[in-house]
Amino acid sequence: MFGYYFNLALRSLQRNIVLTALMIAAIGIGIGASMTMLTIFRAASGDPIPQKSAQLFVPQIDNFDPESKIAQSDDLLPVIVTYLDATEWMRSHIAVRQAAMYPITVSINPPDPARNPIQVDARATSGDFFPMFDVPFKFGGPWSRAEDASHASVVVLTRALNDLLFGGANSVGRNLTVGDKTYRVMGVLDEWQPTPRFYDLGRGSYSGQDQLFLPFTRAIDEQMPTVAGLNCEQRTGPGTGWDGLLHSNCVWIRFWVELPTARDAANYQTFLHNYAAEQQQRGRFHWPPRVALRNVTQWLSYNHVVPTAVETLTSVSFALLLVCILNAIGLMLAKFMASTGVISVRRALGASRPAIFAQFMVEAGVIGLVGGLVGLGLTQLGLMSCRAVLQKDLSVLMQLHSNDVLVALAVSLAATLLAALYPTWRALQVQPASQLKTQ
Amino acid sequence: MLKMTRLSKVYRTEVVETYALRDFSLEVQEGEFVAIMGPSGSGKTTFLTIAGLLEELSAGEYWLDGVDTRGLSDRKRSRLRNEKLGFVFQSYNLIPDLNVYDNIAVPLRYRGMPVAERRRRIDAVLQRVGLSSRARHYPAEMSGGQQQRVAIARALVGEPRLLLADEPTGNLDTQMARGVMELLEDIHRRGATIVMVTHDPDLAARAQRQVYITDGQIVALGSPPHLVEGAQRPGLAAQS
Repeated sequence: MFGYYFNLALRSLQRNIVLTALMIAAIGIGIGASMTMLTIFRAASGDPIPQKSAQLFVPQIDNFDPESKIAQSDDLLPVIVTYLDATEWMRSHIAVRQAAMYPITVSINPPDPARNPIQVDARATSGDFFPMFDVPFKFGGPWSRAEDASHASVVVLTRALNDLLFGGANSVGRNLTVGDKTYRVMGVLDEWQPTPRFYDLGRGSYSGQDQLFLPFTRAIDEQMPTVAGLNCEQRTGPGTGWDGLLHSNCVWIRFWVELPTARDAANYQTFLHNYAAEQQQRGRFHWPPRVALRNVTQWLSYNHVVPTAVETLTSVSFALLLVCILNAIGLMLAKFMASTGVISVRRALGASRPAIFAQFMVEAGVIGLVGGLVGLGLTQLGLMSCRAVLQKDLSVLMQLHSNDVLVALAVSLAATLLAALYPTWRALQVQPASQLKTQ
Repeated sequence: MLKMTRLSKVYRTEVVETYALRDFSLEVQEGEFVAIMGPSGSGKTTFLTIAGLLEELSAGEYWLDGVDTRGLSDRKRSRLRNEKLGFVFQSYNLIPDLNVYDNIAVPLRYRGMPVAERRRRIDAVLQRVGLSSRARHYPAEMSGGQQQRVAIARALVGEPRLLLADEPTGNLDTQMARGVMELLEDIHRRGATIVMVTHDPDLAARAQRQVYITDGQIVALGSPPHLVEGAQRPGLAAQS
């Protein structure tokens, strides 16, 4: 009977084009608005590394005098750490993998002497960075812990930079002049752009991409400064010179650890607490130990990666969908109640109430599907408008995927069927006898 | 075929009870052609809608083709309507979105009949009412007489045990009414049981038996011109 009901639905919808168009528009606008905001919300809040987000942690330690009122976060814990703490934690080797890192800018002399030097965003980090974050390689691989320890002059390039410098060829083993030193290429990354860029939210959650990676130890040796700025206590300041900075209480280094199990995480939490207590005992901290360990999801939430405005607008868009559904209920009520004469005839000819119910549900389903398709069109328009006004890197992420199409159609179908329940119930309450008498 | 015993139908509001049918008893045998007559508001149409299982009765019994209809579920009543009853209404009640062929197919659709059998039956019934050439026409493209023939074809296509007709010629001019009446008589001659509600004594006279209703009760029955007075007593009303 489905085919029959489908055919009847098409005929019924053609009978009153204006009413049909209004119903489809109501559903389509609701779906369009909610899907547009949902796409933006997902682009802004997606899990950048779902397979490991529960195993990667950021340790935090309160190394500022509470009186200094330096607030980098809601709970006044710094989101970055000092060089002293980073190197101490690196030496502990408690985590399965660990990486200290900070952003730098480097000048590169292209292999082609005819080309001018270029400046690129880069990252000083540990070799563990790559396996810890599941970074894919096109050629070669990361440098080893031994090379970290030996402060080796090695680099890893992104695919884009390798294309620029070596024309996309396998450059592993080739030398590259960075600043005034020669570095050996260890690997070339494949496409990799976690979004948001969870491992360093300080430079914009969605903006920029590191083009080159070199060992943290090497960068320290070369006195390469961070490009993200320092955060220092007024009382002590950054000290004098590079060495003064390294021994200061300024925070400027990001630190990540990989802790595969809950037990590993608990152990690390204990380690952090003991470490802070020890620093207090040594007289470095004059306040009780305060530490935190947050995984990727917690870290994104803690840093308010999803703008409050996006959250609010997403809620508003779903409220609009609700209003549109209520509107559709009214329109369907008018349409279905106008069909009571035909319902009565069908009942007289042997249609049971469930049969009439099924017929109206199929009609509502057709409205829902067409409304969903209209909604998808409006979603594309909405996303195009948003791309024009939002930052470019976030705009790139605002794409409708094949799953979104299915979700939009499913939501539209479910919403319309739900909206049709009351009008259908009302239409089924009509007594056929009274209708047939008055025909 | 149809047996109603001491049947009542009451419409209740908060302040008043209205008896549309009261102590109504009637039996119609298989193959009969019975005309139900009476003034407006006498209960003729209520009788027809109860007979057609479109309304529940308030009291009494109604047996249709050996089935006690009291307390049946909506699904069972719908199936009985579909398989045993055919309706012809005064205003035709064709579905405007459907052409003649699809209108006639409606009861067969609800019966879940295969396409080939459906087509065979529709073609046969269209030929019987003389509208084979109009199968793809829509109701709005046809005269009143033709629409009523389509309605009769729709009522007959399911080969019902009982045909219920409510003023079948009420909206037709004399010539068209004659044609429709001749068609009903032909259907009766072929063995159909027909109960027809009408105002028109001339039409009623063409039935085998007439039942006269006033204020929800049978007041006379018989064959014209010998209507038997005082038939409101159940025992008498039940006789044919």
